[in-house]
Formats: sequence, structure tokens, C-alpha cells
Amino acid sequence: MVAANPSVIYMDNNATTRVAPEVVEAMMPFLTESYGNPSSMHTFGGLVGQSIKDARAKVAALLGAEPEEITFTSCGTESDSTAILSALRTYPEKRHIVTTRVEHPAVKNLCENLETVTGHKYRVTRLKVDAEGMLDMAEYESALTEDTAIVSVMWANNETGVIFPVAEMASMAKERGILFHTDAVQTVGKIAIDLKSLDIDFLSLSGHKLHAPKGVGVLYIKRGTLFVPFMMGGHQEHGRRGGTDNVASIVGLGRACELAAEKMIEENSRVKQLRDRLEEKLLAIIPKSMLNGHKTKRLPNTANISFEFVEGEAILLHMNQHGICASSGSACTSGSLEPSHVLRAMGVPFTAAHGSIRFSLSVYNTVEEIDVVIAKMPAIIESLRKLSPFWKG
Amino acid sequence: MWEYTDKVQEHFLTPQNVGEIDRPSGTGDVGSLACGDALKLTLKIDKNDIITDAKFKTFGCASAIASSSVLTEMVKGMAVDEAAKITNEDIAQALGGLPKEKMHCSVMGREALEAAIADYRGLKLPKAEGEVVCECFGVTDLEIIRAVKESSLRSIEEITNFTKAGGGCGKCEDKLRKILQDTVSGKSEIFIPQVFPPKKMTSLQKIKKIEEVLEREIRPGLKKDGGDIELIDVDGDFVIVALRGTCKSCSKSQTTIKEYVEKKLREFVLPSLIVEEDN
Repeated sequence: MVAANPSVIYMDNNATTRVAPEVVEAMMPFLTESYGNPSSMHTFGGLVGQSIKDARAKVAALLGAEPEEITFTSCGTESDSTAILSALRTYPEKRHIVTTRVEHPAVKNLCENLETVTGHKYRVTRLKVDAEGMLDMAEYESALTEDTAIVSVMWANNETGVIFPVAEMASMAKERGILFHTDAVQTVGKIAIDLKSLDIDFLSLSGHKLHAPKGVGVLYIKRGTLFVPFMMGGHQEHGRRGGTDNVASIVGLGRACELAAEKMIEENSRVKQLRDRLEEKLLAIIPKSMLNGHKTKRLPNTANISFEFVEGEAILLHMNQHGICASSGSACTSGSLEPSHVLRAMGVPFTAAHGSIRFSLSVYNTVEEIDVVIAKMPAIIESLRKLSPFWKG
Repeated sequence: MWEYTDKVQEHFLTPQNVGEIDRPSGTGDVGSLACGDALKLTLKIDKNDIITDAKFKTFGCASAIASSSVLTEMVKGMAVDEAAKITNEDIAQALGGLPKEKMHCSVMGREALEAAIADYRGLKLPKAEGEVVCECFGVTDLEIIRAVKESSLRSIEEITNFTKAGGGCGKCEDKLRKILQDTVSGKSEIFIPQVFPPKKMTSLQKIKKIEEVLEREIRPGLKKDGGDIELIDVDGDFVIVALRGTCKSCSKSQTTIKEYVEKKLREFVLPSLIVEEDN
């Protein structure tokens, strides 16, 4: 596979992904001659409507769902808000939400707002994680109460790739009549999902994490689940989400889901092997480096490694000099001054939390790229450690 | 992605005067690992009060490293009195400017310089005075007032960018607003610190103190038995530690934590502390 930009080694796929060339190709007619409104009465628009129907079926196929359970949205965040707010409106007498301490801001900040902006009308339980980023199922069980309206737990963590046992958790919620939502933005396309055999009521996904463009997402709503829309407006999406369909992106997402299904095995074999190679070599060559997150219960593409006594932004900028793209849980890479809430929740010491780098691969990565990163990283870390007053190496 | 000037890039990628001066005339040690940036500045000063050499070691982001590097270049050859007048704005200017969220990096440079000069002159640091306003980063009212005046700050966001105050839990926002109002309106000259609740330990002071007590009171005992202890995190009154070496597998580890570590920390640091083992 030819890289999109040969000077760039892109290992930041949990942030966003390259739009697959096949996806661009599928989208092009809808950005040019097929500009009709899918809601129109004429054939010109009606044909566009047919393409959306096809895309819906392709998304449903990847998730093991029915097409009517798929609602297109603008992004993962919209899907998350829609699911959680719908549950609260469906059961207005219930005032409790169960989530985790390591959610993406899309869920984390919504829950914080539900507590504070409503004057603590809602109560939120945030489940702890252990040093490997895993949940305590006993704590989860005891958190479920008669007052709980919804559980919202991410399927896999965006920073560490750690996978939560959502199938089991959803069943436990269902037994108690509690709705279950999962933010599966990082999971779809990376591990196989079969929603018809699971008790998950809502699932969010985002197009740009699986080689579709930015600005399109999906909320899966299990058949029979009571639902109150978030975006009011026209009758689009069976009245579940108002607003003219983002046709080209929806068609692109359909194609991306088809490709993801085809590449699922490669993702879990070749990509995983590349990730393992990168991780094992870096941990072996660079002293005082450590893996963040569970070794095996993890997405096949993600490696989050801490390099102690150096700061993440400084590492990233040196990597940038070599065209290597990754992310950091360091405070200095974001507007905030505290390091990643995920690593802090896991109890990663400050010495390591500030120096964490997340490598997230995709099917477009090659072994040559991995070897460039393995070759460049030790010198980068060493040069920064030479500057560090804490490094006694 | 931050927009860094060429000058920042240059000083970050090829920092000048890295290291520590042997037997320095003055040392300035500011920041900490917990804060995410730290700077150790060492100065060599001759008998005419001229700074003949300056070296730095910095843990932090690109702006922190660049600020430290350019600072050493600025002060070399300067009289101590002149160097004492350098402000964080001067440091930022020498770099062709810093993104506003990164101005605290230049403040760290000025603080280290101040500390090193105070150390050389055998003076007490002005930083230790004042009431702590931001407990997350241990920032005092005097530091905030100074930043507001020196850099003409006009919003809480700017205060955070320059001093870090308010960048953690955000609980001090109301206090910051009051300081800002009072300082801008000129009331800060008669600033009355009593408006703040009684002195509490900042998270940083707490962490530092806990580390000291672990080192002095607890580690020696554990090491005798081939064990060790590591501080993992401090969250409010919760102190998370990990036992190492033989302690790790010891069946009595829970007793060690509660009866020995917790008792000592309560005695020497704060009576409200709760020690837990990291697992």
C-alpha cells in the first residue's frame, strides 16, 4: 500500500484516520452530479435516497444490527449526547448515571454538566480502574440501583486501547431494567461486533476513526428501545434526527464499514504484529519505559508507552522532526495543565504520566515505518533525558 | 499543534548551555515533576558581580526548554543587578513570543533566575511569602498580583496561562477574579490577605512533605529488610503508595502500610491522611 503522504509516518489513528481512497471514490458522485436531496419526491433525489439506504445496510452489517437500528448523526459526540439525554428523558424519575473515570470528554463532560448545571439533580457514579486500566465488576454491580437511568461505558479506551467487558456489563444492566450505552468509537472496525446477540441498547461510532471522513457518525438504537430525539427538525432518519442528510459522508461511511469488515482479519493479525513489534522493541531498548494499560485486553492497534522523566510534548516535537505523528497524554499537549485523566485514574505516577506517548496504527502502516520509529525513538528520549534535572542515568 | 516561532524551535531543537555548573555561585530550582515542568538553573558569578556562566536542566515542553536555553544566553556576561531586572516578558520576547497558553514557561525561567540570584546573595525567596490561592499548583496571591501587573493581565484565563493558577481543579476561580479586580483597580496595594481561609497545605507542599517523610522516617526501616516504598499519587487526603522489594510479597504488607506508613505520615505531615496500597 502506498502511503498517502510519503514524508509522514502516521501513527495517530485513534485521533483520526486517513480517508480510504475507495471511500473517496464512493463519495465523489455525491459531491458532484448527484446533489439531490434524498427526501425529495423526484427520481433525481430518490436515487440519492437509495444510496443512503445502501449505506445504512452496510453499517448495520458491520455491527451485526438491522438497518432500521442505525441513525446517522454528525459525529461520535452527538451520538453520545443523544443516547444519554434520551435515556434521561425516557425515565424522568430516574436520576442516576453510571459511567467510568476514563471516558472520552464526549461522555465525561456531559456527565459533569448533568451534575453541576442541573444543580446536582443527577447523580453520577464513576467506576474506578486499576493500574492496568481494568474495571472492578463487583464495584459495577453494586453501582447499579433502581434509580439508575443509564450506564454509559466506553467499549475501548482511546488513550490506552484497553477493552472493557461491555457484553457482560450490558447484560447485568438489562437484568435490572437499566439502559446501556457504549461509546464504541475506537472499537468499530478493530474488533468484531455482533449487536443482535448483545444487550447493548445504544452504541456510538464515528466515521473518521475508520477511514471515512470527519463529520459523520452513527447512533445504534436497539429495536424496541424508547427514544427521544436530540436534534429536532424534519422527518429525516425516521424522525430520530432532524437535519438534511450529510449524503456524501454517509455514503463514504457505508463504504468504509464494508472495507473494515474485509480488513478485520488483517487488523487483528498484521497490524497487531506491527504494534507488538513496535512496543516490544521500544520497551526493550529504552530504559525506564513502561506500557500503560492491560497487555492483552487491548485493541490490536494501540500502544501507550511512558518514558519516565521526560515530557510528552517535547517528545512529540522531536518525533515531528522525523515526520512521525503520534499523541501524548501530557498536559502540555492540551489546553489543560493536568496530565491525562485516564493515566491519572490508573495511578500512573507523575514521572511517567507526563511522558506518555500513544502510538495508534492502521492497516496503512508498514513494517518499514515501524522500524524507522524503533530506530529514531531511543535517541530522542536520550537527548531529552540529558536535559532533565530528574534523570540520574 | 502549537504555533512556535523559529527562535523557539531553534532553542528547543539545539538547546544552549545544557548542564550543571560545578560549584555554582547560585542555584535556582523551581517547578516539580508533578507540575509537568521543572528548571534547575546554575550560575557562575565573578567577584565583580558579573554572571560569567549559566547552565540549565529542564524537564518540560518545548517552550519550557526554549525559555531556559534563551535565558542562559541572555544572562551570560550580565551584571547580577541587571539580570535581576529580567522579566518573563523579556524572556518571551527573546524567543519572538510564546503562545499565550505557554507563558507560564517564561515565568518559570524568571522564577529560577530570581531564585538563583537570591541564593547567590544568601537571601530568602520572595516566592515563599503570600497566601496560596491555587492549591493545585501552589501559586500565591503575590505571584498572581505580580503577573497581573507585569504582563497587564485582564482575564482569569490569562492568569492561568501565565501562572498556572486555576489550571487544575478551577476551585480558586472566584479568588482569582477578586485578585484581578482588586489589582486592576489599584486596590491591591492595600491588599488584605485575611479574606482567604486559614493557610492550608497545597498539593505540591503535601507531596513534597510526604516524600521527605518517606525518605527520612520510613525508607530506612524498610530497606533494612530488603524492601522499599514508592509514592504513586496523592489525591486529596488519599496517599497511594507501592511497596517494593521484599515488602511487595510480604503477607504483612497491609499492616506495614496502615500501622507504620500511615502512622508516620499522619504524625509528620497531616493527621487526616489515608494511606492506600496501589494494586
